[in-house]
Amino acid sequence: MAGYVFRRLVSAIAVMAMVGIFVFLLLRLAPGDPAAIIAGQSATEEMIAAIREQLGLNDPMPVQFIRWVRDMLGGDFGTSIFAGRPVLELLSQRLEPTVSLAILTMILAVTVGVSFGVLAAWRAGGFVDRILTAFSALGCSVPVFVIGFFLIYFFAVRTHWLPVQGYVPIGNGIALWFVHLILPTVALGLGFIAFIARVTRASMLEVLSEDYMRTAAAKGASSYAMLFHHALKNAGVPILTVVGISFAYLIGGVVITETVFNIPGIGRLVVDAINNRDYPIIQSVLILTSGLYVLINLTVDLTYMLIDPRIRY
Amino acid sequence: MQMHKTIRHDVLLDVRSLETHFYGEESVTRALGGISFQIMKGETVGVVGESGCGKSVTALSILRLLPKLTARTVGGEVRFHGQDLLKLSEQEMRKIRGGKIAMIFQDPMTSLNPVYTVGHQIAEAVQIHTGVSRSSALTKAEEMLRFVRIADPERRVSNYPYEMSGGMRQRVMIAMALACSPEVLIADEPTTALDVTIQAQILRLIVDLKERTGTAVMFITHDLGVVAETCQRVIVMYAGRIIEQASVMDLFARPMHPYTQALMRSVPDRRRGRQSRLPEIPGIVPNLRDPIIGCSFAPRCPFAIDICREKTPVLREIESGHTAACWRSEEIVCA
Repeated sequence: MAGYVFRRLVSAIAVMAMVGIFVFLLLRLAPGDPAAIIAGQSATEEMIAAIREQLGLNDPMPVQFIRWVRDMLGGDFGTSIFAGRPVLELLSQRLEPTVSLAILTMILAVTVGVSFGVLAAWRAGGFVDRILTAFSALGCSVPVFVIGFFLIYFFAVRTHWLPVQGYVPIGNGIALWFVHLILPTVALGLGFIAFIARVTRASMLEVLSEDYMRTAAAKGASSYAMLFHHALKNAGVPILTVVGISFAYLIGGVVITETVFNIPGIGRLVVDAINNRDYPIIQSVLILTSGLYVLINLTVDLTYMLIDPRIRY
Repeated sequence: MQMHKTIRHDVLLDVRSLETHFYGEESVTRALGGISFQIMKGETVGVVGESGCGKSVTALSILRLLPKLTARTVGGEVRFHGQDLLKLSEQEMRKIRGGKIAMIFQDPMTSLNPVYTVGHQIAEAVQIHTGVSRSSALTKAEEMLRFVRIADPERRVSNYPYEMSGGMRQRVMIAMALACSPEVLIADEPTTALDVTIQAQILRLIVDLKERTGTAVMFITHDLGVVAETCQRVIVMYAGRIIEQASVMDLFARPMHPYTQALMRSVPDRRRGRQSRLPEIPGIVPNLRDPIIGCSFAPRCPFAIDICREKTPVLREIESGHTAACWRSEEIVCA
């Protein structure tokens, strides 16, 4: 177990090194002079030279790379070219909306998706199952921004039940914070609900036909105990896998959702950074997101052991 | 007749004209064609027949554990303590399952939930039917493991099924089934999936525990040898019907249905010697999707005459306590 975690951490470092090289080269391999790209079209020669000096682009590449990595390990992710402030500071300001949205979306997707999938498997071919099939086709195929605008139109613009856009920090009142996050969470979550529900259904269907389910019935277990106690834990490994994958995909969805609902999160920061060619921000977000993926994967793999005692590393 | 330990009025389980159908894409399989039998208090009844003759379906129909979408019991009654089990609500039925009537299955390798400890799984049965606390249910589970003679029960109780052998898992199944002192234990081929040496151990265990608890046992098997060792009475099934019923002694001494006779000849017998070829029953079991006219065994029966192919023989008492469904039982009994 400890050996496994150690091996995984070593491979995580290898993965991060690859990501680092790629992200580093992203700026250097882009056609043209990075300093000129950063400075924009109306820049003067002096401005470009200043940027080149500021970014250390005159040094040999390996030197630049080592300096960049060393700075990041020391917690210095560089300075935003556009805002002129440390990237880490900008990121931390934008963290709360994004984390709020991501966590609420995952809670919604897992609870609704798993229960929906369990019910559909229990009554396979029945009413819930057919609703799920229709719903999941919709949830998987309609993009987040379309769902988002639909929700805004019906639940905010027409009925005034919920706020149209914007974000209220949790410090300004949890109710207000929650109300503002309902529509973005639903818009972002629908696809994941559909995805998780489908996998749950398939995995449960397989488990429900196992001999030990008949044993459970023969000892007088209730339908609830059969489904959620006996079957769900056995169906858990594939479900956990897609939950992990969903979490990773979530990051991409967050960018779009934050734009649609005008939420000042990291997604918006990245979109703005791409528009402004603010490379330090883009690079930092790429590195941190990759690190998050690696961490999620490791967590998921270790959680398998809690679900299935036969899995040992 | 010292053989009959039980007397008529101690009927525990009374199955009457039980009829179960399986529904396929475009056909209906009449898996049980209306079978009737009784199980007396504390008695061990063997149910014998080839694969697909309806032995397991009978057991699953009694406990209403058939797959809901594809199978339905369309007729008959299962009387138990004056109630018809087929008419109970699902909730009332759950109290019967594992409480008054318990069941163990053929394959112990797949019949236990792999992600819970065996102690947990036995304790669950105890908790469902007695409502005791978790910790006393686990104590009971440990007690049950000792009862089925698993060595080191204190440690085994927190083992997962994958940490146990097949024989041990079947002991766990038996412990789980007997944990709530059921009045009837249905054992569906409990030794078929096990090694021969383990088979004997499990058989002995079931017989022994039955003696100690007084539980009636419905022993489903395709092995006549097992029946001879464990049962008092035998029911022989063929193509979804009961074709012969008698005490073990009577059945082995004077089989009255040609199918039973053929079945006995196909059991290896040491006295016959190695040279002789084991006789098999020619032909195949009829397809239960098609309506059967006449006796279902007639196409394979060496004694079949015209009436056998035209009219279905009913189960009738040929000698006291010995019934058979054959037009020619009296003629062939000594043949």
